[in-house]
Order: sequence, then C-alpha cells, then structure tokens
Amino acid sequence: MVAEGYYHAHEVCLEKCDGRMRCLRACPTGAIRVRDGKARIISELCVDCGDCITACPHSAVVPLADRLDERSPDYVCRIAIPSPVLYSQFPSDTPPRRIREGLKQIGFDHVFDVSRACDWAVLATRIFLREHTGKWPMISSFCPAVVRLIQVKYPELTEHILAMEVPREVTAREAKMKLSKELGIAPEKIEAVYVTACPAKVVSIRQPAEKQKSWLDRAVAISEIYGPLRNAMAHPENGGTAELFEDATYGPGWSRLGGMTSVLGREKWIAVSGTNDVTKILDDIENSRLRDVEFIEASTCLGGCIGGPLTVENIYVARSRTIRLGEKHGGNIERYAGQVESLYRSGFFEMENPLAPRPLSPLDPDIGKAIAKVRKRDEIYESLPKIDCAACGSPSCMALAEDIVKGDADRSQCVVLRAGR
Amino acid sequence: MSDDPEIMLRERFSIQGGDFGRAGRVSTTIKSMLKQIGFPAPLIRRVAIATYEAEINVVVYADRADVTFEVTPTVIRVILEDEGRGIADLDLAMQEGYSTATDEIREMGFGAGMGLPNIKRNADDLEITSEVGVGTTVRITVLAGE
Repeated sequence: MVAEGYYHAHEVCLEKCDGRMRCLRACPTGAIRVRDGKARIISELCVDCGDCITACPHSAVVPLADRLDERSPDYVCRIAIPSPVLYSQFPSDTPPRRIREGLKQIGFDHVFDVSRACDWAVLATRIFLREHTGKWPMISSFCPAVVRLIQVKYPELTEHILAMEVPREVTAREAKMKLSKELGIAPEKIEAVYVTACPAKVVSIRQPAEKQKSWLDRAVAISEIYGPLRNAMAHPENGGTAELFEDATYGPGWSRLGGMTSVLGREKWIAVSGTNDVTKILDDIENSRLRDVEFIEASTCLGGCIGGPLTVENIYVARSRTIRLGEKHGGNIERYAGQVESLYRSGFFEMENPLAPRPLSPLDPDIGKAIAKVRKRDEIYESLPKIDCAACGSPSCMALAEDIVKGDADRSQCVVLRAGR
Repeated sequence: MSDDPEIMLRERFSIQGGDFGRAGRVSTTIKSMLKQIGFPAPLIRRVAIATYEAEINVVVYADRADVTFEVTPTVIRVILEDEGRGIADLDLAMQEGYSTATDEIREMGFGAGMGLPNIKRNADDLEITSEVGVGTTVRITVLAGE
C-alpha cells in the first residue's frame, strides 16, 4: 500500500534507468522495487536519505532540488543561506568570507551564515538537557532524514527527538526579520534559498515535518551551483562585500559527525552516521538499552552532512578541511551564553508544532487478517532460497515474500527457483 | 509451550548463551512482526523491552534457550525456556538492584539488577519457574486488547 501525499526530493528518470538494481541494494529502508526493468520508489517507506542518488551508475535517480536560474516575480530580494558544508568544498586556504562574496556575485542580494545559529543551538541544547525530566536519550533534529526515519519506522521514539528549531530555519527567520526591517519590505517578499548538501533538506523545506511552512523558500544543490560559484570566485573584482551575521564562531564544525557534540559540554553522548548504523542505535533505544546516554547526534549521511549526495568533494578531503576551518575560524561559543539563555526562555527555539509519528501501514487494517498475512509471508519465505540476491527486483527474499502477500509480486520472479526447476 | 487453541501466530527462535554480538535480535524480530501486524506502538514497545531484557538474561546467565512467540486474539506471549544454572532465590532475583553478575559483565553495561524488575514492569503477567542446575522458564504475557 502506497501512502499518498508524501513529497520526495528525488525521482527515477525512467528513460535513464536500465534496471541495474544498484539503488535497490543501496536503499537502507527497502523502499525501492525494480519491476519490468525499471526502479520505483515506495513513497511511504522512503526517508529521503539520498543513498539511491549516489548509488545509481547512470544518474537515473534525479534530485529535485531547485534550479538557480528559476526566479519568481513574487520576490524583490533573494538571500542565500549556505550549508556549512559548502565551505569544505573549496581548497582549504579559501576563507569562508570569499565563498560568501562569490554567492553574491552569482545573483544573491545577501548571504546569511548559519554559524551563529549553530552556536546558539548548541547552547540551547545544553539548557534543554540540563532541565530535561522526560525520557532519555534525546536525539538531534537537524538531519531531516533521521527525523523521517524515526517518524516512519520508530514512531514510538518520536518523543525522543529534541524538538528545537534547527539552525537553518532560525537563520532564515532571523534574516527575513532583519532585512524586512532594514529595507522596509514585507518578509514574504524575501526569498530565502538554502544551499544544500542533501535532498532531505529540500523535502524539509517543501514539506516540513512539524509546521505549515518552512522559513526557507527553496533549496539549490551544492553540486548545481559549484561550477558557477567557482567561476565567479575567480573574478573577485565583481564581488560584493557587505556581510550580515559576520560574528559567527564555531561555524563549519557542525557539518561533520561529532562536530556538535564536541562542544556540547556533556559526557554521555553518541555521534552516529549512516542509515544502517543509525537504525542499530534506534533499535537499541527501542529495546530500552543505552540508558546511560543523554544525547545522540545522528545523520543518515556517512560522516555527517559533508557526506551528502549533493556535494562535489570527497568526504575525507571535506572532513579534513572542516576540521582545519574550525581551528582557523572557530571561536568561543560561550560569549553567547547570556543571550541564548534569555532567547531560550522567550521560546525562541521552540518548534511551531510537536513532531508527530508517521507509522507505516500494517499488512492489513484488520489485525486477524494481518496475522494471516504474516504467516503466509513466512511460509513463502521458507520456500525461497534466502540468499537475498535481489535479482527478482525486491531487495531481499523476505521483501519478495512480503510483496507476494501484498499482491505486488509473484513467486515466479525468483530466478533461483526458476533455474532449479 | 501452551496448547491455546486460539493461537493465530507462533514463531520459534533460539538464543545462544554468551552470544553478546547477536543479543537483541529476537526482540527486534518480534518487534518488527508486531509493527507489521499493526499493534499499537506503546504495546509493541512493552513487548520489545520485556523480551529484550529476558533475552539478555539468557545471554548473560544461561547456556542456551528456546523462545516461543505467540499471538492470540487477546494476548501476546513470549516464552523463554533456557538451559543453565537456574535461579536459586526467585524473590531475591526480582528485587531491583540485585544481581549475581560478575564485574566483567557489569563492565559491559549489563547485570545492573534491573532485568527481571523491568520485565515485570512491562508485562501484564510474568511467570517464572526455575530449577537450579537445570534452567529457567520465563513466560511473559502482554494483553493485546485495547
């Protein structure tokens, strides 16, 4: 059963897809099927991690990020909010300021950095954890794919997500307020564009997990603007200079795994990345294990956001640069402590609405029939070779058994059974 | 094992004592089956926690165990029959903080004496029978009704 109405930021281009099944094997939630030689994504199961985009040898899984040249007449001002990952995509002697100037050269009126909001979020998280009396551990909310994974596959853990507005949203909100006051224009006339390393952020903008509308209006991929940005940066004479929110400290460190927890000032934390490993940690929490852990920093991209599918640079190079950028441009976040304390008390970091679970549909709405289907599925599974070759177009023998029970596949699709006959 | 004629689903698993690497697998499998059947999430979590704790007990203290998982229209049952040293004093074992675990086991994060009390908290009914030197049988029942 495919749930309607879930937006995803990537789709399969049927012309390019030649059914090689790399995506099928890469998908950590088993959301892809290959039928009649073409891949399709089961909307309900997809958490937008983007692993299929990276896996496809023909680029047939296409990210649906916005294009830079699309401009709507509804806006009079366009601002860029780059993911900190962007800074790691250039040679390490490139100062962040130079990259922000480059963004203005390629058509943004202003550039706002998320660094300060990241520093604030660390301090706000500290206050939250200090005063938290509910369930442990709490899980970071900045990776939208982790949030979806929990809503979909671990609905009961939704209350473990630290429900705090994420730095990119805080930055967009602050930027719009500030500009609208300074320029005397309505906030709705300002277009906030996130420069993103992953398609999950695109989804979080078009279909936020917990509110009506994101403060961001669109997202462009780092991989899409990288070329034009590099070209522009080669000609600094055309550059603009005025900067806002320039007093950022911690900045780029946030984008690599462990970056946030390293300055959190708590001892009992875990930093985990990669959907499979995140899943293991979530299983442990669900089993009520990990009782002495307070905070979990989690992202579905291996190594953190710098491992995002819409980046251009090798993740290990990006990681090294991120660490060095942090050493060079980082600062002491403590100077915001007083400010964040009062912002926190005023509700500044609160999400607009609570996050709600989004559980998968059972095999059948009727429990008795669902149990019968589970039995049938197990029976079918026993008759399959159990080698998970995926040649049938389902990701595993168990998934094929389930697809057969759902009426979505046939036992004759098993090539091993066919060969044995 | 029960001969309840109303059993709609019965699955069997086995657990190997000392196999910490695979500890939690039975609980995770049962949990995903309950999710697919469509039981409410809080109920699934109670079954998962109770099963996990019982599974860990087998891994830490017993040689091996057979696990039977049953679903009837009214209850979800998990029965663990282990072969091992058994429990000498059941009342004592049910007390929070009581444990016979070695320091080595405690260093691994187990053996805090919360296992059986935690199973009891999450189960609607818990039945334990044990014979020293032979083994222990743990019957966990969670009511499936609304």
